[in-house]
Amino acid sequence: MTHPHDIPNQPRRLLGKRIPLVDAKRKATGQAVYTDDIRLPGTLVGKILRSPHPHAKILSIDTGKAEALPGVHAVLTGREAPARFGVLPVSQDETALAVDKVRFIGDNVAAVAAEDEATALEALGLIEVEYEPLRAFLDMEQSLEPVPEELRLHTKTVGGTNIHKEVSQEFGEVDRAFEEAAWKKTRDFRFIGVTHAFTEPMCTLAWFDADDRLTIWSATQVPHYLHRALSKVLEMPMHRIRVVRPCVGGGFGGKSDPFPHEMVAALLSRKCRRPVKILFDREEVFYSNHGRHPSKIRFGLAVGKDGTIRALDIDALIDGGAWGSFGVVTTYYNGVLANGPYRVDNFRYHGRRVYTNKPPCGAMRGHGAVNTRFAYEVLLDEAAHDLGLDPAEFRLRNALPPNTKTVNEFRITTSGIRECIERAVEASEWKRKKGNLPFGEGIGIAGGFYISGSALPIHWDDIPQSTVHLKVDLDGGVTIHSMAAEIGQGSDTMLAQIVAEVLGLDIGFCRVRTHDTDTAPIDLGSYSSRVTFMAGNAARQAAENLRARLLRAAADLTGYPVEVFVLREGEAVNVTRPEIRVPYLEAVRRAMKECGALQATGSYRSPPMGGKFKGAAAGLSPTYSFQAFVAQLKVDLETGKPRVLDVWAAHDCGRALNPLAVEGQIEGSVHMGLGQVLSEAFLYNGGNVLNPNLCDYRTLSPTETPRIHPILVETNDPEGPFGAKECGEGPLLPVLPAVANALYDAIGVRFYELPITADRVFRALERQRKRRAVKDLAAR
Amino acid sequence: MTRTRILRLKINGHEREVAAEPNAILLDVLREGLGLTGTKRGCDMGTCGCCNVLLDGRPVNSCLVLAWDCEDREITTIEGLLPEDPGALHPLQEAWAETGGSQCGFCSPGFIVTAEALLREDPEPTETRVREALSGNLCRCTGYKKIVEAVLKAARSGRGVEVGS
Ligand code: FES
Ligand code: FES
Repeated sequence: MTHPHDIPNQPRRLLGKRIPLVDAKRKATGQAVYTDDIRLPGTLVGKILRSPHPHAKILSIDTGKAEALPGVHAVLTGREAPARFGVLPVSQDETALAVDKVRFIGDNVAAVAAEDEATALEALGLIEVEYEPLRAFLDMEQSLEPVPEELRLHTKTVGGTNIHKEVSQEFGEVDRAFEEAAWKKTRDFRFIGVTHAFTEPMCTLAWFDADDRLTIWSATQVPHYLHRALSKVLEMPMHRIRVVRPCVGGGFGGKSDPFPHEMVAALLSRKCRRPVKILFDREEVFYSNHGRHPSKIRFGLAVGKDGTIRALDIDALIDGGAWGSFGVVTTYYNGVLANGPYRVDNFRYHGRRVYTNKPPCGAMRGHGAVNTRFAYEVLLDEAAHDLGLDPAEFRLRNALPPNTKTVNEFRITTSGIRECIERAVEASEWKRKKGNLPFGEGIGIAGGFYISGSALPIHWDDIPQSTVHLKVDLDGGVTIHSMAAEIGQGSDTMLAQIVAEVLGLDIGFCRVRTHDTDTAPIDLGSYSSRVTFMAGNAARQAAENLRARLLRAAADLTGYPVEVFVLREGEAVNVTRPEIRVPYLEAVRRAMKECGALQATGSYRSPPMGGKFKGAAAGLSPTYSFQAFVAQLKVDLETGKPRVLDVWAAHDCGRALNPLAVEGQIEGSVHMGLGQVLSEAFLYNGGNVLNPNLCDYRTLSPTETPRIHPILVETNDPEGPFGAKECGEGPLLPVLPAVANALYDAIGVRFYELPITADRVFRALERQRKRRAVKDLAAR
Repeated sequence: MTRTRILRLKINGHEREVAAEPNAILLDVLREGLGLTGTKRGCDMGTCGCCNVLLDGRPVNSCLVLAWDCEDREITTIEGLLPEDPGALHPLQEAWAETGGSQCGFCSPGFIVTAEALLREDPEPTETRVREALSGNLCRCTGYKKIVEAVLKAARSGRGVEVGS
């Protein structure tokens, strides 16, 4: 079968095939090297002293005793490196260590580097800090009040409060649409925080060596942002800093900011000129957080008589914790990403993100879109129910078509929402089951919509968002240099697949080097689901440039015009006379004659797009993914425990370059989404994290995870590399509301607060039983 | 420290000597003392299974085991599953790589040694049995589906290779 993105005359070898990840064997044998597996001679243990107060002034820090302890090589306080950093240029509000005040329990106060862990811990105990506690802001509402300057968490806030960011947008005529609507409802939803819970704790190893250069190995999703932040905080030019990304044990957004502990390790190493490693224990991972923002969302939905969505009116209050992080983006995303996958003509959004004295929140898989999506899809379900419409049919009626613009000027190229709904409905036998399952069993549907990378980079400059360099030397192996971070999502494999495909080679010819800023060109890293689309396009372009050189060489060697050659199966073949062929290695040698080792470059930059209004850039993406999921579950009527049995997960990934990897992303997303809807909760008592461990913070285990049926919908995006778009985050979105809607189908109760744990369901069932009993009594 | 003792440990079929204090944890001895970094540290409190190794053929959280208690017992780590034949993989490792059992891979060593213990006991487990046997291991990337598939596939492929001693 030919395919719109096929290379002419070149058989498809790798794309669309189930290719094991290029690092799969290393990972299965324990040979993959993560940051904590690296051993450098003379490495010291770095430890951070953490704040016992949620909000307090630091009056003094006395490090004398700690410094005098034998085995201690360096002690660091915030005043030694006061330069501010942060992932977004607009929120530079973090420092390596607290300077004047601490902002949450667990905040970084001072640090030591010592011969071993016991000495480092003892030294921390010898540091004397004098605090003056301040009023702590632990609830979002408290942060809305205007307060004197010393009670503000940061200098830049909205109108003298602790509001970090406030945004408003309106398109169309929302009030009128609500007035005229046949059905409308506004509901309040509450979401508790959740966190990434990756298995590898944060770890960083810094070495300021005799050449006066810093090398830092760190578990990071975005080496480039780390590189920038280090340069700023250490006040050193970037070329004297080398960032190395070893294998990363999961990120999901939680390793995408530059972190204080990374600055601290580097600063400690600069002080004592020894390698310093900081490995977090699990509790510290929770203090570091950067997980999904807790939020309160008021969601208004208006629907017309004809069953079309007429208007959305959204108000989101989100809890940012102590720092800015990605929060400005999060504030926008909580609203603007509701402009798909359904057509909406009237849209209003008001969003506020507040600072509170809790560990910071940031980007987490499905960044900014998850909680609003839950509210939206639950309300859609209510509307369908009240209007007597089938919820799947109702969504189909409102599906966003391809090649259109949303009211806030998102450019929609391909849209697979229709096919996603149809295929999830079919695979799940929706029509047979919906409304026909016995009490306690239910089925629910929900849709989703997500970006494939942000069209506007967070640093507004002109350089490409992704660049890929290729190098081929005499051995014929193709080295792929890129800074797109492999974090388990399979991006190294994606790059190798694309390059090998274009060059007509086996994937084994490719060597992927995506871990070292000394050798790799800049890529904006692994977040916002951008890598396949952006780095994939750059890789394709680089490989095409290399291919042109090889074809030229084949033409020179044979005397035929270059146009007649293609690369296939390790040869340059003349398609008009297939017996004329030049082995790949010969073409390489010929092409090398002029210049030595071959090099080729490709890059990607999003085309211009979007409106001119304030905040127009938020949520813009070169393309969007779409999804529709059906969930089926059974409630234990004795205990209230909901047990999800099946999830049919239809996702429009543009084109599955590697179905094995796409399925893996969908399955992982479903698992993480189920955790948020059923069990995960970041709990506080005052400013104290109550459950900073993987026993009390409950992710789902193998026995609790249902059957997941990934359904790959391929819309062949015209601008995606070989048609591909994202698959790493969008598939999380529909899971939560699909489960809540299935619960309604099962027991007739709606839930507006997460997680929907057994005790909540049990109490709902109790109330229901009582109501029924009263009714029965009255009827008698 | 005076109470440090030289332990003789039998790891992956080889006798190894290592100095350990009475409170030394097996995970630390493996990773820091012996350089066996295939075994991972995810939580240090028995909740994630990343540190799992086999102790006399049974999976344990090595972060909860005292090294002194391991003398005269067989310890098998992920490194010990590799067959003698250079370049060959253990059937579980092979299946893991083929089915996509690893994404970030940090949980893989712990899962694989735990699955090995199961297959030694029950060479043809049902899916439910596999999930139960792995219920002390957490993976945040895969949703477990391909992990379970990998174990079932390894079981089907027959277990040609004897390991550990
Ligand atoms: S490190 Fe041992 S169970 Fe997590
Ligand atoms: S593969 Fe990442 S935790 Fe399992």
